[in-house]
Amino acid sequence: MADASYPEELLYHAEHDWARLDGDVATLGITWYAQDALGELVFFDPPEVGTTVTKDEPYAEVESVKAVSDVIAPLSGEIVEVNAGLADNPETINEDAYGEGWLVKVRMSDPSERDGLLSQAEYVATLG
Amino acid sequence: MPAARLRTPLFERHVAAGARIVPFAGWEMPVQYAGVAGEHRAVREAVGVFDVSHMGQVESTGPGARAFLQRVLSNDVSRIAPGGAQYSLLCREDGGVLDDLFTYRLGPERYLTVTNAANHVKDLAWLQQHSADFDCTIADRAQEYAMLAVQGPLARETVQALSDRPLPGKFTAEPRTLAACDVLVCGTGYTGEDGVELLTRPDDAPAGWDELLRRGAAPVGLAARDTLRLEVCYHLYGNDLMESRGPIEAGLGWACKEETGFVGAEAVRAAREAGPAEKLVAFVMTQGGIARPGNPVVGGGEVTSGTMSPSLGVGIGMAYVPAADSAPGTPLQIDVRGKQRPAEVHPKPLYSKETP
Repeated sequence: MADASYPEELLYHAEHDWARLDGDVATLGITWYAQDALGELVFFDPPEVGTTVTKDEPYAEVESVKAVSDVIAPLSGEIVEVNAGLADNPETINEDAYGEGWLVKVRMSDPSERDGLLSQAEYVATLG
Repeated sequence: MPAARLRTPLFERHVAAGARIVPFAGWEMPVQYAGVAGEHRAVREAVGVFDVSHMGQVESTGPGARAFLQRVLSNDVSRIAPGGAQYSLLCREDGGVLDDLFTYRLGPERYLTVTNAANHVKDLAWLQQHSADFDCTIADRAQEYAMLAVQGPLARETVQALSDRPLPGKFTAEPRTLAACDVLVCGTGYTGEDGVELLTRPDDAPAGWDELLRRGAAPVGLAARDTLRLEVCYHLYGNDLMESRGPIEAGLGWACKEETGFVGAEAVRAAREAGPAEKLVAFVMTQGGIARPGNPVVGGGEVTSGTMSPSLGVGIGMAYVPAADSAPGTPLQIDVRGKQRPAEVHPKPLYSKETP
């Protein structure tokens, strides 16, 4: 994605993650800003289904040619699905960060945590 | 370190080309333009141009220049014919590697040695300190040259089209007039591809850069320079070479001719005879993941370079490992941030034209 984009319907975490809520399941990914800063991604090391993630804690790693970066969980819960397609095509995260480039789906353990996330406008404001 | 970061004569060109600029060895350098994978591919399949003006140059001139360089450089300098080029190491008395260098013979008593940017000041002081007994003048030429590397299967024809005469061949260096500019054309590079390195006056560099881009060369940044060199197992000083390691364990015994009596020759001879405790090996990750510099090798040793290979599509790298574990095919376990990941020692180079 050449141009910055931050969909309005998503919730954001200041560590450059997004969440799309559907009932008690949240789909998580990294933002356009994060994938742009990292450059072309060459490896995604996903957590295992059934493990738990904790809000504000790292739950996975993404790597570009030059660098490795933790992915921070915007919400707490249990991993119910990981995006298996990224194993062979991690560049999908660059190409479609909010669509095919999603990372994991989480069953939220504390839906009230959503209140601590940022709106699109609030997140964009953190980018300066 | 200098308070202000240095800029090459091509800095504005990099910004205009959309480069991401990073600090590197005291310079502001382009790490990538359009993207690492595409830049890497351009060099493997066509032609790319790198700004390597951050590299330093030292000129040694005089009747004693050859004897001086024979004393400080590890290789046999007497074998460099006029117009020739040679790779060598600068070693301490104990064999520790101060730098790795290319030296070009510009004339009967005139040599130009290219230094790594991070080592240039250190090298210059070392060379001056060791030149006292020789009839030789050492001059810092770093400010007088910009340097472009043009690399890839189409590199020579791209540069040839600008040249007044046929280009010098591999491992030779001769002056040519390119697009009305005086250029030292060197048949060397750091990518495993055919190509040339061009030393020019700084003022001439921007026009030369523009001309190369106009003829189809892709601008290539430091990130792809690293993936390209690592695929062919060229050493990067500061990663794979350092003062605490000697040439033999680094696999650079071929660039050391102890009989010339260079500074460090006795230590290198002893290391060659005894065999090193550890050796620098190339490896491939066998079940995914990417090892990074500093990752420990289980059972002893450490990764010094590691990346995702754009040509091979797997994690690759180099590591110092116990000599007993250095044979190709030996399985390794690498501790990648707390997770053990399997790798295998691989013959060098990791990539060659015949590999895919």
